[in-house]
Amino acid sequence: MTAGEHEAETGPMQVRGTVLTVRQVDAYHAITIVAPGIAARFKPGQFVAVAVGGPDTSMLLRRAFSIHDVRPDHGGTVEFVFSAGGRGTRWLAERRARDTLDLTGPLGRPFPVPRDPVSCLLVGGGYGSAALFALADRLRERRCSVDFLLGAASGDKVFGALTARRTSRSATITTVDGSLGVRGIVTDMLGQVIHEARTDVIYACGPMPMLRQVTALARRYDIPVQVAVEEAMACGVGVCMTCVLPVVGSDGITRMVRSCVDGPVFRGEQVRWDEVGTIPFDAFGAPGWEPKVRRGADQGARPPGSPRQPAAASAADRSDRPARPGGSRDSAKRPGHGT
Amino acid sequence: MAPDLRVRLGTTELPNPIMTASGCASSGRELAQFIDVSKIGAIVTKSVMLAPRAGRPTPRMAETSSGMLNSIGLQGPGIDAFLQRDLPWLLSRGARTVASIAGSTVDEYAELAARLSDAAGITAIEVNISCPNVEHRGQVFACDPVDAAAVVEAVRARARHDLPVFAKLSPDVTDIVAIARSCVSAGADGLSMINTLLGMAIDTDTLRPALAGLTGGLSGPAIRPIAVRCIYQVRAALPDVPIIGMGGVMTGRDALELLLAGASMIAVGTAIFHDPSACARILRELDDELLKSGVRRVTEVIGAAHDIRGAVGLRREH
Repeated sequence: MTAGEHEAETGPMQVRGTVLTVRQVDAYHAITIVAPGIAARFKPGQFVAVAVGGPDTSMLLRRAFSIHDVRPDHGGTVEFVFSAGGRGTRWLAERRARDTLDLTGPLGRPFPVPRDPVSCLLVGGGYGSAALFALADRLRERRCSVDFLLGAASGDKVFGALTARRTSRSATITTVDGSLGVRGIVTDMLGQVIHEARTDVIYACGPMPMLRQVTALARRYDIPVQVAVEEAMACGVGVCMTCVLPVVGSDGITRMVRSCVDGPVFRGEQVRWDEVGTIPFDAFGAPGWEPKVRRGADQGARPPGSPRQPAAASAADRSDRPARPGGSRDSAKRPGHGT
Repeated sequence: MAPDLRVRLGTTELPNPIMTASGCASSGRELAQFIDVSKIGAIVTKSVMLAPRAGRPTPRMAETSSGMLNSIGLQGPGIDAFLQRDLPWLLSRGARTVASIAGSTVDEYAELAARLSDAAGITAIEVNISCPNVEHRGQVFACDPVDAAAVVEAVRARARHDLPVFAKLSPDVTDIVAIARSCVSAGADGLSMINTLLGMAIDTDTLRPALAGLTGGLSGPAIRPIAVRCIYQVRAALPDVPIIGMGGVMTGRDALELLLAGASMIAVGTAIFHDPSACARILRELDDELLKSGVRRVTEVIGAAHDIRGAVGLRREH
């Protein structure tokens, strides 16, 4: 379970990779980097964390990007797709061939793939779809059928529409402005696509509100769904504890787990979507939370009126607040993926 | 000739003065994928509490210029899990372990010290009395000399006598020397400084505070001059008290700066988020810096900035 114990074969590496190409793809940029070890270890759904700004940078946090593709040329290359919307990603977009980048990867839990040749629906929002193409290849190797459902605000923000149409059994596109495919959002079309494709399993990657709705619909149709979440990360390797979200374990206990090492791929129904951005009152270690088995008499030794009481009260007040200040609008902007 | 980097921490000899800063390396496992945890001076663990703790809501992090704000809120599985899982792993890897502890009451700190003293293999205890991410400012014991002393005294009383106790101080005080004196009088064997500074950022797109917890701890190179100042002041007032220096160390040269100010050991924190192998790199760079300066033992530079002769003794070529 712990990556540290399997570091030799499958664990992440830190490499200084040489940039091969940076190209604009519609509204996004795609960058290809020579990173042999990372390419060899990659499994679909995993990501890289990239240092930005060069030596003496004032931007200390790594930027996390799903790996779009790996190729064997030059000893192994990785490619990821990003939107140059912030200072760090603009710096990345300005890289040129032969520049070098410090990257760690492959990071995170990959998409599990089915044992049998089943019907798979891959749902992507914005450039979140970039993570799905390597998965599609892997699924086809397993003789699964692959259908795509991709959506974005406008046609230039649907990543990979052409590839999806060319390589998969079906590809349905939605755009909010109607500039490509059907006008609307992916979840408007999800039911119809599930029916037509006789979907057995859904994979999704994109903004959190989309993942939440895809999970809700998948549950309605009783179809298992695997989602790759986008949470803001600082390190990508599990030490900073910033990218946590409430996830229900197989023991029924909700824990604040790190999306970088316990994810980014989760079973959709395990994520407590309504409580993302909060600490659920029943989460492991939440204020006032008590272990089921009390650990001896020393707990009772705490004098009444010690700071534990007010601490629990103030945290209860806090959990009454809406999940995310600013509502869903700010979920489009995640430092880990976007700035 | 390669400089001698060995330093003493209580009864333990560390191979070098570079450590991880509490809260930036978890309990070492994740970093073992990138560095050999036995090669650096010590792993300072994320602060361990008595009970499991879920921490604060997200967003917990905001990047600022040459720094970052965090409001993790001491998320962790508690002392039982630490003793059962993390400590044995650290020992199996040959890492020297400084256990950081945090509590809401004096009694909680004392009990943690007792539990750690019963376990074999801890090199020192760092008493985190300065985490800014707690519900009440009154819980930041390091902001008051009497409160700080009460915690240190209780920990010292319950900790095994041969376990060094270091108090981790907050720079968010008017007179850090007064707090330092108070902790040392209460029995602290050493001081760790500095913890993060309380800060805040507002997202100009959402018009809301960037952190769900509203405020957070500022760390990174942005705060290094404050760390240098705090270490220098305390070293001047209490020259015999060992200091673990931390605050924005990104390079070997930064580590040297804190050593010159008076730290005898250096903890690397935010740099790890930027570069998971930062501790190993900074150790290499410090070694180079000392070699270039013709320093034979790292102990020669500790506090050297206070000493006019010591400063002259360092020949540096630019």
